[in-house]
Amino acid sequence: MAVMLKDTTLEKIRRAMKCYPDKRSACMSALRIAQLDDPENRLTEQAFRHIADLLDMTPVSLHEMAKFYTMYNLEPVGKYHIQVCANISCSLLGAEHIIRHIERILNIKVGETTQDNKFTLSTVECLGSCGTAPMMQINQEYYEDLTEDKVGSILDSLE
Amino acid sequence: MFEEILIKNIKVPESHRIVSYLRNGGYTALPEALKHSGETIIQMVKDSGLRGRGGAGFPTGLKWSFIPKDPTLQKYLCCNADEGEPGTFKDREIIEKDPHLLLEGMTIASYAIGASKAYIYIRGEFEFGAGRLEGAIQEAYDKGFLGKKILGSGFDLDIYVHRGYGAYICGEETALLESIEGYRGQPRIKPPFPALKGLYKKPTVINNVETLSCVPAIISKGPGWFSKIGPEKSPGPKLFCISGHVNRPGVYELPMGTPLRDIIYDHAGGIRGGRKVKAVIPGGVSAPMLTVKDIDIAMDFDSLAAKGSMLGSGAVVVMDDTTCIVKIAYIVNKFFSHESCGKCTPCREGTTWLTKVLKRLEYGEGREGDLELLDSLCGNIFGRTFCPLGDGAVMALRGAMKNFRDEFEYHAKNKTCMV
Ligand SMILES: Cc1cc2nc3c(=O)[nH]c(=O)nc-3n(C[C@H](O)[C@H](O)[C@H](O)COP(=O)(O)O)c2cc1C
Ligand code: SF4
Ligand code: FES
Repeated sequence: MAVMLKDTTLEKIRRAMKCYPDKRSACMSALRIAQLDDPENRLTEQAFRHIADLLDMTPVSLHEMAKFYTMYNLEPVGKYHIQVCANISCSLLGAEHIIRHIERILNIKVGETTQDNKFTLSTVECLGSCGTAPMMQINQEYYEDLTEDKVGSILDSLE
Repeated sequence: MFEEILIKNIKVPESHRIVSYLRNGGYTALPEALKHSGETIIQMVKDSGLRGRGGAGFPTGLKWSFIPKDPTLQKYLCCNADEGEPGTFKDREIIEKDPHLLLEGMTIASYAIGASKAYIYIRGEFEFGAGRLEGAIQEAYDKGFLGKKILGSGFDLDIYVHRGYGAYICGEETALLESIEGYRGQPRIKPPFPALKGLYKKPTVINNVETLSCVPAIISKGPGWFSKIGPEKSPGPKLFCISGHVNRPGVYELPMGTPLRDIIYDHAGGIRGGRKVKAVIPGGVSAPMLTVKDIDIAMDFDSLAAKGSMLGSGAVVVMDDTTCIVKIAYIVNKFFSHESCGKCTPCREGTTWLTKVLKRLEYGEGREGDLELLDSLCGNIFGRTFCPLGDGAVMALRGAMKNFRDEFEYHAKNKTCMV
């Protein structure tokens, strides 16, 4: 194997494997861990091959998993992945204005990444935070009760 | 006076820590439960009248009683913390702020059905919540509430957290099992039901977070206490999540059967800007919408079913008179189409087409005959799908079109919105 996953990543995957009676069940955890430890926040061919090896699976079946579950990234995403909820409760309270505003600030459209690879903007389905709508998630973090002003200062604060 | 049991602990600082939970009387139901047989616990849950809070309202004690009694069989409990139904944000409240309530409920449930392994299936976006659960599980092991020979009994239990990674369909119980096993989350054919062949083909109970969190109080306060709250056939406390055009959105714990009007005006502070209610989705987007005419309805499983809607997850989405129903129908349908797992054609293709037609209506490109096309597409999906997602999509759209057909017609004819 050419490029290997880091030892620390492997260690986390091995710990996840202890939660299940068989190896395959750990594949979702393994993919998640590999993605979070990847500098481009995505799953690479090497990661697929290495995990397949560990779990006695084929890279193809792991690929299918990664295509089915929308949080796995097959393409690189920016350092900050902005995901704005566009579902019902957020939309009732102005999610569209928030999205347009971010598009204006970053000068990109939904689905795009800024030239410096700092921000990727996506819309997502309900994130279970509808009581504090409109809201967005940036990487692992939730930002709630958004206003245009608030969004501006959140984006400013990200290094 | 109604007494909260589900969110009573969350107002104290560090409510997620085991010390806070113990200080509030936590982990007293578990030793009590361990004094009885599993069968007695199942009977108590049956007597309480508790019905599942995940959407379908199935009687919880009855579900547990389907698990075979054979002690040599490995059994599993799975907690459904996928919380994906748009409008729903109640389980997250318990997960993040009172995880030990859930763990205690899960431990008692596992004991009752004879499970020695349990999984919590949590949606991938709840990173913070998953961390809270993992921390709480560790605390519970340290104090002897989990692990081998719990509290000196002969009962062993391990609880693991399994994270989803972006697929609403994994909230459906058999898709959830597929996902834990490391497959794409596509529903399984039933029968066999999970109670006989569930996780790893072993007897399995799947329950929602809120359902399991009701269990400690049923043990410590008694089934009779629980069954006296709210309507006889769907009793107990209920978490309602209110969002949309209200002054105070949030999670409210109220007796089952509380009138919708009281939820909106007394608890959620009425409509923003003093406007009028136009429509309300009473139980997550799969539940057909109600209009202002239905505002006095009692919010429980049977009353809503009698009105052709459902209590679902208890997610109340309130829309004022500035809301365009065609747009809402489009957003909701786009969601179902996006989340269709693709296993069966009527759902996969049908929801794609519905979304296409709704999109052109919404964007002023509607054509003559579009409403009839929507009707016929609905007819071709409903009752022909493998799991309830496809039917849910149709029921939601039919609800909107039944109550607000004039708005759809206006969009088709005038290429613009009437509100
Ligand atoms: C498409 C679909 C999505 C669902 N999503 C959830 C969910 O996110 N959380 C949940 O608890 N139940 C969900 N359910 C219901 C579960 O299948 C199941 O009925 C429930 O978890 C059983 O627990 P209960 O008896 O405690 O309600 C969903 C059902 C369907 C058909
Ligand atoms: S109804 Fe939809 S979600 Fe359910 S199995 Fe069929 S395609 Fe999948
Ligand atoms: S609708 Fe946006 S978080 Fe639920």
